[in-house]
Amino acid sequence: MQFVQNFPFITIILSLFSGPLSSILDGKKAKKINLAVITVIALMSCAVLGFVIRSGAPYVYMMGHFPAPWGNEIRVGVLEASMAVIFCIIMLLCMLGGVYEREEELEETKQNLYYVMVNLLLCSLLALIYTNDLFTAYVFVEINTISACGLIMIRQNGRTLEAATRYMIMSLLGSGLLLLGICFLYDLTGHLLMSNIQEQVAILHQTGMYNIPLLVSLGLMSVGLAIKSALFPFHSWLPDAYGYSTLSSAAILSSLVSKGYIFLLAKIFYRVVGFDMVRDSKVVNVLFVFGIAGMIMGSVSAIQENNIRRMIAYSSVAQIGYIYMGFGLGTTAGVIASIYHIVSHAATKSLLFVAASGITDASGDSTRFQDLTGAGYRNKLAGVAFTVGSLSMVGIPMFSGFISKLLFAQAGMESSHKLLLTLIALAISTILNALYFMKTVIRIYTPVSRAAIRKKGFRNITMKENKQKSAALVCFIILNLILGLCSEPIIALFRSGLEMFS
Amino acid sequence: MSKKVPKEHYENTLSHRLKQWLDGTKDPFLDTVEMKPQKTFKEDRRTLVKRKEEEKRLLERIYDIRHNPEMRVFRRAYNVFSVLFCLFLVSMLLIAVSHLPSFGNASNPVNNEVAGRYIESGLQETGAVNIVTGMILDYRAFDTLGESHVLFIATCTVLILLRIDGDKKGRSGMGYAMENDRIHEPKNDIILQTVARILVPPIFIFGIYIILGGHLGPGGGFSGGAVIGAGLILYLNAFGFEKTERFFTQKTYRRTSFCALACYALAKSYSFYTGANHIESMIPLGTPGAILSSGLILILNICVGIVVAGTMYTFYVMFRKGAY
Repeated sequence: MQFVQNFPFITIILSLFSGPLSSILDGKKAKKINLAVITVIALMSCAVLGFVIRSGAPYVYMMGHFPAPWGNEIRVGVLEASMAVIFCIIMLLCMLGGVYEREEELEETKQNLYYVMVNLLLCSLLALIYTNDLFTAYVFVEINTISACGLIMIRQNGRTLEAATRYMIMSLLGSGLLLLGICFLYDLTGHLLMSNIQEQVAILHQTGMYNIPLLVSLGLMSVGLAIKSALFPFHSWLPDAYGYSTLSSAAILSSLVSKGYIFLLAKIFYRVVGFDMVRDSKVVNVLFVFGIAGMIMGSVSAIQENNIRRMIAYSSVAQIGYIYMGFGLGTTAGVIASIYHIVSHAATKSLLFVAASGITDASGDSTRFQDLTGAGYRNKLAGVAFTVGSLSMVGIPMFSGFISKLLFAQAGMESSHKLLLTLIALAISTILNALYFMKTVIRIYTPVSRAAIRKKGFRNITMKENKQKSAALVCFIILNLILGLCSEPIIALFRSGLEMFS
Repeated sequence: MSKKVPKEHYENTLSHRLKQWLDGTKDPFLDTVEMKPQKTFKEDRRTLVKRKEEEKRLLERIYDIRHNPEMRVFRRAYNVFSVLFCLFLVSMLLIAVSHLPSFGNASNPVNNEVAGRYIESGLQETGAVNIVTGMILDYRAFDTLGESHVLFIATCTVLILLRIDGDKKGRSGMGYAMENDRIHEPKNDIILQTVARILVPPIFIFGIYIILGGHLGPGGGFSGGAVIGAGLILYLNAFGFEKTERFFTQKTYRRTSFCALACYALAKSYSFYTGANHIESMIPLGTPGAILSSGLILILNICVGIVVAGTMYTFYVMFRKGAY
């Protein structure tokens, strides 16, 4: 065994260890440690990704002295490693982009607790990505839920507290259903390890035994994770949680937390139940219908919104709908499109949140549309970044959103009876996306007279004023262009990763 | 026929004293105390009317029930659908459960090689007499590592929500919390203090015993830590914050739990690393049944116990006062 192969385990332990460590340090040191840890983990994950691509085969890593069905183990393939790299990069940029807001909005004595939450969130995301054991996944889902709740409510005002309460209730309901599903599955197969469950489920599927409990358990797990990742109609907690929490929380929650659950669901479909069985069970059709409903309803709600951050939050509902629609197609091409959209949406949505905060900075911290007029001239970089994000969300070529929409359409071609519905939904949703994003872009580039600006007391913001945020925005734009222009190798990577998956 | 007794005469009788004691107006040790039986809660007429009015206003002005057919339909449909949904969920789960393998059947899927190896060779492989401890702290230690961090992060979230820092004014300030906490502060209650003085040391010792004996019999870090936490809470209730803060403050909690979690993570990292790289572990398993046996399990139990005890106590303090 090579030393690189230890890296996934070291990244998990490192982020786990840095959580309690931050609790005894003060805010400043905790921030430095947090940034250092995320960077180190990103580099290590890159090394792991390189190793897995070179070796061309996934490997399992024993957590302890006991082999698979008795002890815990983690499993590393191309898909897992690339997800880890992307999640780390996006988290680093989100943390960089929100430095100023965190210092402004959080109580000084509680800053270090914020980093406890972020470090443990990163740990739980890594563990969810790598784990090969359903119960380990559940334990880290718990950590993920609680830390996300802390991230929402650490900026203490009435709305975030209410949002955190809603999030807690919905999310715990989701965890409960997931746990019930795991219990059913354990009772039917006698295993918690993903590969062993898959063997047993294949036997059960062939013999036709325990068909009903198997279906119920699959349904419970899917619904549980759908609630946790805010699939329409379970999205009521989302706009407040994303709209009023501090900037880096909103960016991390929208781009990473919900995606971690979706990745776990993909893992359950491919590695636990087996995708053939999922396709036969018609659970995918339910996801398909709700995904399409989410695509449309999320955009409709976003159009009615008069608060830029809540508008972006509602747009998340629509984008999560896309991802579930991809799963719902029931083909490998659909799942690859969904995974690409996970990455593309994570990169774009965090960009939009950071850019929107730059725009509101130049508008006297107001999030209402009336005050944003002409903000693109007052904060040039944020205006450009917001435009890039909007174009990507709408699906203009060159940007990442275009590639994922193209992949969805191509995947739709493969399944004949869902083709029409997919294409119509994509078309309607694209128009709706364009309606609200282009409306915003046009508004921030509508010139207003100097006198009006002076009257409202808005000021210009240069790139140098908030260096971390500017750096984060530039990196986000580059990331978006890379995903949009060099998509071929990335898609090939995901495809080979998905082959290793099952 | 009862004889009518003069009042002064009656006050000297045993039955009168018994009645006083039952009413709580007189304590045999402390003589007359200002204790009154609790009044049943009765809402003031004025506040009742006000509350009703506010509810009405909320329905009429904010939701505009009368002129808002959407809202009216939604409220009705919500009630109907929630009942229907619950019935659907209950019946679905019941049907699914009725199709599960029957309970206790020897040929059930759960009775496979996994459980078999735990039972047959758990003692030799982990050195723990208590197989459950061997399972959670050795075979599946990664899960338990996550689980102890769940406790830690839950405490941190409660700290974010309820901890009071600095000198804020008004209802969220430190002064208000102090004032408010006077309700709970013990008024030198002799009975409580005597009982606490007698009970707290055995409770601590029992908790420590449960933690240390986790690998030998029923017990372990989670249950023992809960017992110690309960002892701390009892001590706090009897003697107040002044006494407990001499040895247990928030700083103590954060440092001890950091040390415990770091120790757990380091110890387990060693075992994960050696296990995955197929290196022989240096830690001896010892003779099963001895107190110093079963490798790392004893240390891990102590770590988990410290975290759980601190978590219990911190939860209590945060919900009571918000600072310590």
